[in-house]
Amino acid sequence: MSVILKTDKLRVEYRSRELGQAVKVALNGLDLEVSTGEVFGFLGPNGAGKTTTINCLLGFVQPTSGAASLFGIDVRQPIARQRIGYLPEMTYYYKFLTGEELLRFYASIFALTGAEADKRIDQTLKLVELDAARKRLIKTYSKGMQQRVGLAQALINNPDLLILDEPTSGLDPLGRMKVRDIIQRLKNEGKTVFFSSHELGEVETVCDRVAIIAEGSLKAAGRVQEIMRGHPTLEKAFLNIIGYQADKN
Amino acid sequence: MRNVLAIAKVVLLEMYRRKEFYVLFILTIVICLIMGSINIFNDNQIIRYLKDLCLLLIWVSSLIIAITMTARQIPAEREQRTLLPLLAKPLSRNQLIFGKFLGCWIVCGLALICFYAFFGALAASREHQWPLLHYLQAAFLHWMVLGVVVAMSLLGSLVFAAPSSNSTIIFAICAAIMCVGRYLDQIAAPMHEPARSIVYFIYYAIPHLEIPFGMRNLIVHDWPIIGWNFVFLDALYLLAYLVFFLIAAGLIFRRRAIN
Repeated sequence: MSVILKTDKLRVEYRSRELGQAVKVALNGLDLEVSTGEVFGFLGPNGAGKTTTINCLLGFVQPTSGAASLFGIDVRQPIARQRIGYLPEMTYYYKFLTGEELLRFYASIFALTGAEADKRIDQTLKLVELDAARKRLIKTYSKGMQQRVGLAQALINNPDLLILDEPTSGLDPLGRMKVRDIIQRLKNEGKTVFFSSHELGEVETVCDRVAIIAEGSLKAAGRVQEIMRGHPTLEKAFLNIIGYQADKN
Repeated sequence: MRNVLAIAKVVLLEMYRRKEFYVLFILTIVICLIMGSINIFNDNQIIRYLKDLCLLLIWVSSLIIAITMTARQIPAEREQRTLLPLLAKPLSRNQLIFGKFLGCWIVCGLALICFYAFFGALAASREHQWPLLHYLQAAFLHWMVLGVVVAMSLLGSLVFAAPSSNSTIIFAICAAIMCVGRYLDQIAAPMHEPARSIVYFIYYAIPHLEIPFGMRNLIVHDWPIIGWNFVFLDALYLLAYLVFFLIAAGLIFRRRAIN
C-alpha cells in the first residue's frame, strides 16, 4: 500500500487583525499519512484543527511551515486535486441549477464531456439515489438531498481519494445511514476515504484507522482496535485521549 | 480555457434564470415607450430628447446589471460555500476569476444587444432610418466600458466586505468619471501644490469612460460616424485597464485563505 495523503510537520498560524491579539496556532507540527484503500477517520473536538487540516490539503489555506502532498504532489499545484473528491461541510449548491446540470458543470472541470460525462452522471446519481430528482432545481431539494448531491459532485471524477468534512453533520438518522452506506460501498470498491466526523459510532463501524487531534496537535493515530484498547467504546477512548475527565466538569 | 468557459456558462445560466435583467429591461422599455408617446410643445426635434433619454437609461441600466451581477459573484460563492468544492477541483484561482469575468462580460454583451435592438426599433419608428454603423460603434465601445466596470467590480468584491458597499462604491466611481472625468485637468490647472499634482495624477490614472459615453451624441444628433481606427484605439485603451484590474484581482485572490 502506498501513501497517497501526507502532511509533514504542518503548522498553521492565524494572525488576528485586531491590535494586541496573539497569534493563534491552528495546527502545530501535524504529521499524517494515509495509504491507498484505507477508510481513515479524522477525529477531534470542535476547534481542534480538523477543517484547517483539510483546508491545507486542498490548498485553501497556506501553511505557515511544513508541507502537505496528495499522490506525492505538493497540494499547492492544482493538478494534485485531479484524482480527489471533496465534500465540504454545510454547502448550499447553486440553487438555480438542476442536480444534473450541477454534476455536468463539475464534470466539465475534470474534462469529462459527452458520453463519458453522461455515464458518470448516471452512475453517481444512482449511487446517491437522486436519479428521480435529477431534473429538479437544487433549491427544491431537502437538506439530505443537498448533502447527497454534494456527495455526487465529490464522486463525479471517480476519485481515488475522497475527502469528506463531517459528511453526516445535520442529517436525520435515515440520511446518516444512506451516507454511511455510500462510504461502505466506496470502501468495498477499494477507494481511499479520509473523513472528519463527530459521529464516533459511525467511525467505529466504517474506519480502518483513525487519528485524533486536539489543539492542533496529533494525540493518537492507529487502527481502531488499537485506539480502543482498554476502553469499552471509541467514545471513551476519544475522551481519554483528548484529556477530558468527567469528574472535573 | 475549458475551465474558464465552464465557469462562464454557469454565470450565464444564473443570469438567465434570475429576474433582475428582465425587470430592468421591461422597466427601460416602459419608460421609453411612455416618453416616446408624448410630444411636448409640438416640438419637431423632440425625437432628439427622446433618444438622449433612452440612451441615458440604457447606460444606467447596463451599469446596474454589470455592477450588481459582478459584485455578488465571489461573495455569494464564499457565503454559500460553493467556492470550496469548486477550488477542490483542478481549477486555478486565476481561472475562476477569469471565468467569472468572462461570464459577466458576455451577459453584459447580450443585455446590450437587447437594449440597442429595442432602441433602434423605437428610433426607427419615429425617424424611419436605421443608422446601423452608429449603433455598432456605440454598442461596441459601450461593451468595452462594461468590461472595465466588470473587472473593477470583481476586484472590488475581493477588497470590500459586502457586495452592497462594493456596488455603491463602483457605481459612484463610474458616475464620477463619466460626469467630471474629462474636466479634471481644467479643475487641476488653477490649484496649488500638492492638490494640483494629485488631481493631475487622478486625471491620468483613471480609465476615461466618458469617451464611449459621449458616443451617444453621434446617435442623438445624427453626426457622421467616427473613424474605426479611433474606435479600436479607444477599445485598446479600455482593454489595458480591463487587464490591469483582472491581474490585480488575480494577485489579491491568489494568496487569500478560503475557509
